Amino acid sequence: MIRQSKKLTRHIDRSERAFTFILTLSGGFIVLLLLGVLGTLFINAIPAIREFGVFFFIARTWNAASETFGALPFLVGTLATSFLALLISIPFSIAISLLLGEYYKNGVVSGFLRSAVEVLAGIPSVIYGLWGLFLLMPGVRFIEMQIGVAPQGVGILTSSLILAIMIIPFSASIGREVITLVPGDLKEAAYSLGATRFEVIRNIVIPYARSGIIAGILLALGRAIGETMAVTMLIGNSNFLPTSIFSPANTMASVIANEFAEATGVTSASLIYVALVLFFVTIIVNIAGAYVIQKLSIESSREVT
Amino acid sequence: MVNNIKARLVRDVFFKSAICLFAFISLLPLFLILYYITKNGIAVINWDFLTSLPRPIGETGGGVFNAIVGTLILIVLSSVLSIPCGIAAGIYLAENKTGRLSNSIRLSVIVLQGTPSIVIGIIAYLWIVGPLKSFSALSGGIALAIMMLPVIVKTTEETLKLVPYHLKEASLALGVPYYRTLLKVVLPSGMSGILTGILLSVARITGETAPLLFTAFGNQFMNINIFKPIDSLPYRIFYYAMSPYPEWHSFAWGASFVLVVLTLSLNLIARGISAKWKIQF
Amino acid sequence: MENTVLTVEGFSACFGDQKILHNVDLTVQKNVVAALMGPSGCGKTTLIRCINRMHELIPGASVSGKMSLLNEDIYAMQPIILRRKVGMVFQKPNPFPTMSIYENVVAGYKLNGIKMPKSEMDGIVEQSLRKAALWNEVKDTLHRKGTFLSGGQQQRLCIARALAMNPEIILFDEPTSALDPKSTAQIEELFVELKKSVTMLLVTHNIGQAARVSDFTAFIYLGKLIEFGPTEKMFTVPKDKLTEEYLTGKFG
Repeated sequence: MIRQSKKLTRHIDRSERAFTFILTLSGGFIVLLLLGVLGTLFINAIPAIREFGVFFFIARTWNAASETFGALPFLVGTLATSFLALLISIPFSIAISLLLGEYYKNGVVSGFLRSAVEVLAGIPSVIYGLWGLFLLMPGVRFIEMQIGVAPQGVGILTSSLILAIMIIPFSASIGREVITLVPGDLKEAAYSLGATRFEVIRNIVIPYARSGIIAGILLALGRAIGETMAVTMLIGNSNFLPTSIFSPANTMASVIANEFAEATGVTSASLIYVALVLFFVTIIVNIAGAYVIQKLSIESSREVT
Repeated sequence: MVNNIKARLVRDVFFKSAICLFAFISLLPLFLILYYITKNGIAVINWDFLTSLPRPIGETGGGVFNAIVGTLILIVLSSVLSIPCGIAAGIYLAENKTGRLSNSIRLSVIVLQGTPSIVIGIIAYLWIVGPLKSFSALSGGIALAIMMLPVIVKTTEETLKLVPYHLKEASLALGVPYYRTLLKVVLPSGMSGILTGILLSVARITGETAPLLFTAFGNQFMNINIFKPIDSLPYRIFYYAMSPYPEWHSFAWGASFVLVVLTLSLNLIARGISAKWKIQF
Repeated sequence: MENTVLTVEGFSACFGDQKILHNVDLTVQKNVVAALMGPSGCGKTTLIRCINRMHELIPGASVSGKMSLLNEDIYAMQPIILRRKVGMVFQKPNPFPTMSIYENVVAGYKLNGIKMPKSEMDGIVEQSLRKAALWNEVKDTLHRKGTFLSGGQQQRLCIARALAMNPEIILFDEPTSALDPKSTAQIEELFVELKKSVTMLLVTHNIGQAARVSDFTAFIYLGKLIEFGPTEKMFTVPKDKLTEEYLTGKFG
């Protein structure tokens, strides 16, 4: 009996150790995966880094034939499209978050609005691009004709519009969460002083939820910067520095999508260099957003206890 | 004084109307998109469209059968590659709340989750397509698996954290070894949440195009060999949409309809599971 | 002694630098109910958790002294083997939410991967549920989830789960503190019935409960075993002044 139980426990010990090992291995794999992604990008970008260095980002010529590569047009394209998209989306996402987090916390209206926003978030990027191509583009072209600029239809404005639609669900859902976190007694205090709902929102809700709303906007920015397909289909694929919001352009993501499959040698390395920078920018934006949210949730849990 | 109050109330009503208006406007694109997909999609969808292969331009008819099969193969591949590792890493995080490795994993999950899909496409290209010297379903599956992984880790961790400690105690007190307690008591108790997370991440990668551009690539013929290029619905939509032919444009709408139905039903199933199978502790 | 199930000698327990139990001595005979009572935080729960070594799950826990189950040193055994011989019922009823009533009863076998013929398993389920006075209430719904039962039924299900393993002793950690008075009474009646087949160690902060169901009572205060003896004797002529003050409600 004793010998048998020893055998049993030895077997269990072994399984226990194997199980812990598998868990640790899988966890470690995630970290290795990230390091591998970073390392691979860096190593493969080395030829371009060596050739162009930091001047890569201020040089404005991208020419595969003469093998001169400067990423300024794409940097400008990415920044212009994402910030324009952010600007367009902010009033809408704040409106939705207030509606869901303050005016209609539950009930038919909020249920409907919330599932609509979820559906919006679930539509694939390529379908946004398709829709933009056949509906948004003619619309923008019409406007361009009215105001007398070259009616191309594709370009920074069109891409920003589609990006704005795509990021609204993200900032709105985070905004809703932080707005529902605003303590009820604070609002009640203001109401008891005779404030209207608008005044409560402006003086209590918004200031209280400000950092969370900013975090939502940051995460939406991260998405806009990395968004590829819809932008690739609508931006016009031009490697020249854009001159106005109507110009065709390329973002960092779209130039990779357009050119990487056929690229070789330095061209390929330069595109990987672009990817490396794109990766770093999104890392910074995402970590900043995650940090703000984490700090926020710690603060609110501290208030509860 | 009376005027002042009136002005404040007017402002209050005005603000609420503005909010409602803005929210309504932001839903407009959704209805337009769904309307266009349905209208243009239904027009081309029939049995032939779902069950035949693309035909060269000039011939009428043709369909997206290979793209549907390809998308399913890619889903299976990426799920097989990501689910076991994702769940295991999620268990690790739920079991080790602090510690250096846990913190590194959490940070990596945040970073990987925010990584642009096109960058992941490049990675799969450099890791798989380059060495094997061919675009392949496998490389596409790996790219999509990298996208699924952080989502699965996160949902597993969050779900398992909600499993009450007293269940673990009950099992341990019966003399059940720790690993069996995790596998047979804790994991099943969190299963509905984990399954929901997996389905939501599958729904997300089903519509991804960017990571497939230079991995799975696309293939107008039927292929089930994972070492060969393979077609997928999102890639087919992209390909048709960017072509100059109106007939192909309508095919793009048809494929979009199929894709949206697929992703939305995955979303619905996921929601159904989390509502129906929710375990009462 | 032939009849001794559990002996505790000079036993101390610490979490980190905090000493929870000081030098406890205790002997529990076969087929009795022994109650551990004392004000909350006195260490009584820690003491029973040391018996099935559940305290080891808390980082920083350490013990010294001796504990043996049927003359076998508890701290020389594998915890897994030990816990199969020592049942435990917790404060909050905790049936497994993913399992049916039937599966819950035989969870100890199922989770440990012990296989047996279905007829044998059916036998164990019926016998354990009968012993836990639950059989008549659930015999037609054996394959429903255990979480559909009422709190008191859930707790009796947990008792059946512990009984199914045929333990030498069952530890009860304030088993009725989360239950309504009626369910509490049912479980207290059950103790008397169960005494015929199994030894029980009951932690309670309810003096009345200790008086009603136990044969022996230990009074623990600030980590020390103040007094241990037959319940009747202790409640009528307590030896220690502290015990008397506790029993008369001067503190606790």
